[in-house]
Amino acid sequence: MSAPLLSAHGLTKAYGSRLACAGIDLDVTEGEVLAIVGESGSGKSTLLSLLAGELAPDSGEVRYRMREGRTRALADLGAAELRRLMRTDWGFVRQDARQGLRMAVSAGGNVGERLMGMGERHYGRIRGQALDWLGRVEIEAGRVDDPPSQFSGGMRQRLQIARNLVTGPRLVLMDEPTSGLDVSVQARLLDLIRRLSAELGLAVIIVTHDLAVARLLSHRIAVMRAGRVIETGLTDRVLDDPEHAYTQLLVSSVLAA
Amino acid sequence: MSAAIAQRPEREPGYNFAYLDEGTKRMIRRAILKAIAVPGYQVPFASREMPMPYGWGTGGVQVTAAILGRSDVLKVIDQGADDTTNAVSIRRFFARTSGVATTTRTAEATIIQTRHRIPETPLSEGQVLVYQVPIPEPLRFLEPRETETRQLHALAEYGAMHVKLYEDISRHGHIATTYAYPVEVAGRYVMDPSPTPKFDNPKMDDCPALQLFGAGRERRIYAVPPYTRVRSLDFEDHPFRVQEFTQPCALCGASGHYLDEVVTDDSGGRMFICSDTDICETRVAEAAR
Repeated sequence: MSAPLLSAHGLTKAYGSRLACAGIDLDVTEGEVLAIVGESGSGKSTLLSLLAGELAPDSGEVRYRMREGRTRALADLGAAELRRLMRTDWGFVRQDARQGLRMAVSAGGNVGERLMGMGERHYGRIRGQALDWLGRVEIEAGRVDDPPSQFSGGMRQRLQIARNLVTGPRLVLMDEPTSGLDVSVQARLLDLIRRLSAELGLAVIIVTHDLAVARLLSHRIAVMRAGRVIETGLTDRVLDDPEHAYTQLLVSSVLAA
Repeated sequence: MSAAIAQRPEREPGYNFAYLDEGTKRMIRRAILKAIAVPGYQVPFASREMPMPYGWGTGGVQVTAAILGRSDVLKVIDQGADDTTNAVSIRRFFARTSGVATTTRTAEATIIQTRHRIPETPLSEGQVLVYQVPIPEPLRFLEPRETETRQLHALAEYGAMHVKLYEDISRHGHIATTYAYPVEVAGRYVMDPSPTPKFDNPKMDDCPALQLFGAGRERRIYAVPPYTRVRSLDFEDHPFRVQEFTQPCALCGASGHYLDEVVTDDSGGRMFICSDTDICETRVAEAAR
């Protein structure tokens, strides 16, 4: 097995005296979808921010294998390098699309921003790429000049995905991308994420409280409770044969459809 | 407006030279020096209350007050004109508080304070152009947080600036920004050239005169030193272009000048005349001779 794309060792973060993450170890390899599940307040979102380098951990480190093959600790990257990494090699799909999109800028501008940030200065090519990506996330080409404020919740999430994938990232972080969407829209979005991650060989870390989403998308699951990862394993193993008492409780609390 | 150089007026007693106290002037000069050293970078300064409302050029007035010397000749323009309220009142303000000579002739002035135009007469070495700036931050349109815009400037992350131009083209088919058109200074900082028409942007490039920008309410000073590269942002397939006028000035017949549209009656009558009143009057006077 090749070296992991991203690995975390002993990540710890406390807010005052309250531990949000305690000594978390994680690995993600290329093309792998890892789901982080747990109830609200278990530290999932804090963990994602730590992995993304948005929050500095109190102790522990996150290491990432850069495109040129060298593995480096995020803490050693300068602000400029980290930001470049975030807008080229990484994507971050937010729970609230308003945080991940520019609501006053057209869909095409949203998708093109990363390209312009990387120095693309040809309008025709930027627009071509934007249209291509809107097509791939199933948004009609006719909506390219509409701002996302006129889009439905599901469309906004798909637009976020296009905006993040346009630079061909290798790792995408997703924070509850399907919550707040109705079931049929959710299904369509999950289908899209699954197809794109398989097609592009993306590594995905997806935070969700919804076990069904984890089962559909992920290869591996990490179960979090009170800031600790209490169980990790292959998705079907964890969901069908949970070892930890809390995981058993979590799995049994899902209503069967 | 005809008097070229006015008589050197009498300074009113009770004011320090050029209104501001010497300590304040030194503070502003320090900010100006830093701004010149880092072209296009917005230097914060402790902007003072001035005896005029924000939006009337409090930033420009403070910069002018800080650099004004007894031998300077001051010209003040408002949208190119020497004879509008803003220009007249600022010119009189400095005449009364400093007693320096004032003029309407571009070539005779050593300091030109301007609200949103660059004179048509080419500037020369030794002249200083002081701009009044309402909103100094070019990234404000896309990023309302000051902490974030500072970070973007520090890392030279200007992708968002092109998003604005992209939006223009997608909406109008061409870059429809006609004023406050963003420029890159000395290959580094992106700067808002204040709401001058983009027609004037090429004049900023490699200009022999020193260009200073003062924003009073926003408390920023920035500068373009003489002979500095100033490049207007654009796309390869939508290059920067200035406005073009189909007819010459109705008064002096000049073409290649920036023209104002003036409505002359209630039945749709209109004429296009030079926005720069000095060059227009000079040309009219020469033609009459």
